[in-house]
Amino acid sequence: MSRFFTSSIGQKFFMSITGIFLMLFLLVHLSVNSLLLVGDGELFNVAANFMGSNFIMKIIEPILALGLILHIFYATYITLKNQKARPQNYQVMNRSKADWAAKNMFILGGLILIFLVIHLGNFFWHVKFGTVDPISYNGGKEIHDLYSLVSGLFINWWWYDVIYILGAVFLFLHLTHGFWSAFQTLGWNNDKWIKRLKVIAYIYAIIIAGGFATIPAYFLIKYVV
Amino acid sequence: MKIKLRVWRQENSKAKGKFVKYELDGVDPEMSFLEMLDALNEKLIKEDKDPVAFENDCREGICGSCGLYINGYPHGKGNKIATCQLHMRVFKDGDTITIEPWRSQGFPVLKDLIVDRNAFDKIMSAGGFVSIDAGQAPDANSIWVPKENADKAFDAAACIGCGACVAACKNSSAMLFVAAKVSQLALLPQGKAEAKRRALNMVAKMDELGFGSCTNTGACEAECPKGISIENIARLNREYLSASFSEPE
Ligand code: HEM
Ligand code: SF4
Ligand code: FES
Repeated sequence: MSRFFTSSIGQKFFMSITGIFLMLFLLVHLSVNSLLLVGDGELFNVAANFMGSNFIMKIIEPILALGLILHIFYATYITLKNQKARPQNYQVMNRSKADWAAKNMFILGGLILIFLVIHLGNFFWHVKFGTVDPISYNGGKEIHDLYSLVSGLFINWWWYDVIYILGAVFLFLHLTHGFWSAFQTLGWNNDKWIKRLKVIAYIYAIIIAGGFATIPAYFLIKYVV
Repeated sequence: MKIKLRVWRQENSKAKGKFVKYELDGVDPEMSFLEMLDALNEKLIKEDKDPVAFENDCREGICGSCGLYINGYPHGKGNKIATCQLHMRVFKDGDTITIEPWRSQGFPVLKDLIVDRNAFDKIMSAGGFVSIDAGQAPDANSIWVPKENADKAFDAAACIGCGACVAACKNSSAMLFVAAKVSQLALLPQGKAEAKRRALNMVAKMDELGFGSCTNTGACEAECPKGISIENIARLNREYLSASFSEPE
């Protein structure tokens, strides 16, 4: 067991567990965000405030942060080690058949990370450090008006819409490989399931990336152009 | 036909090495790739020059010694062939062919196109065998092996240890090779007894020898002359994970 943490398969195990955890989080995240597209924002505000304040999410939040940090840590470590494993490169570029996304997971991950920094700066920061306007519905309790924060951003600064759509594209590519790769790493695979999981990977990636891209696109089309 | 060659020449493992250009006339499309290299070497010997060192033995795709990286493909472009099974008919008159040795931390170049694949032997000695005498061939049906397992073990056992998987992988990972060697035994009763120790020790050796980590790009499977499937890598992961969580060290 002690060797496990430093072994190549052990490290990949943590990448895959954290990756799966992040993928589950994305599903929850998208479900809440999809409420941005319905009505005047009340539903979204209630749901987002619930997610931001309830006890379970308070526990999951640091785990999620830790998961992301571990994922990035191992990604960097493994990528550097893998580059060292071929001290002298070929002169003719490697033409062997492999998906583009599979060969560029670290670059895609890096682009996602840049997006995440921008994204957290846009929303998370404001929520944590209390610069969000309050709102109350039908004389109820005051909650954060997150809907105005989000819609304001997407309506007033069109380039943020572009950044968010690009973020979704990078995520799409990362997931088309990451999804099935995670199961392969866990050993939950055989010839039949590799094919099936590759298809499911595309379906999942389309739902997640398509869903996230639809939100800025909706505000862009409805209010900006 | 006339072929232009760019061949990696390197005096010994310490030397720096460089590409040297050759032109070879009278190449017959019927020739195998290695016969073409023989023709080049005959020419070089006649000119009193040092022939190109390349490894080969069976010339029928079973020994695994002939690996060359040809125009960006291990064993050249072609489905499930070793370099010795590549033929000159796939090239055109006037083509330039670049020939490089396998490139990997685990496979240092010894001379010209020959690399040291001892790392694979070291991985095998770490556990790629059954350590008791398994005795005579048992009576049919005295040990039951499901047909599916027998087939899969047989497919895995087709690995010839050529190293094309390492050469093709952007991470120089030896996972397909190790996966094949672990799978061929893990699926059969004689191999089961030591399956856990085998997976742990062979992976430890693979890591120690400087091969990279698998990121499931699938390039190995695409280049393997024996069509070893990455399903074996999933099996290796499975074996390794379960061994790690259960085998006290
Ligand atoms: C929401 C964000 C992310 C999700 C959902 C995600 C998901 C995944 C999944 C499921 C895998 C497959 C794991 C495996 O095969 O074991 C993976 C692999 C990988 N990820 Fe991420 N990831 C995210 C962010 C990042 C970031 C920020 C980076 C880098 C800075 C990154 C770099 C990588 C790398 C290098 C791999 C290895 C490729 C492989 O082994 O298949 N990822 N990711
Ligand atoms: S798995 Fe295939 S490519 Fe790798 S050493 Fe065995 S035969 Fe060669
Ligand atoms: S010479 Fe034996 S496999 Fe090519």
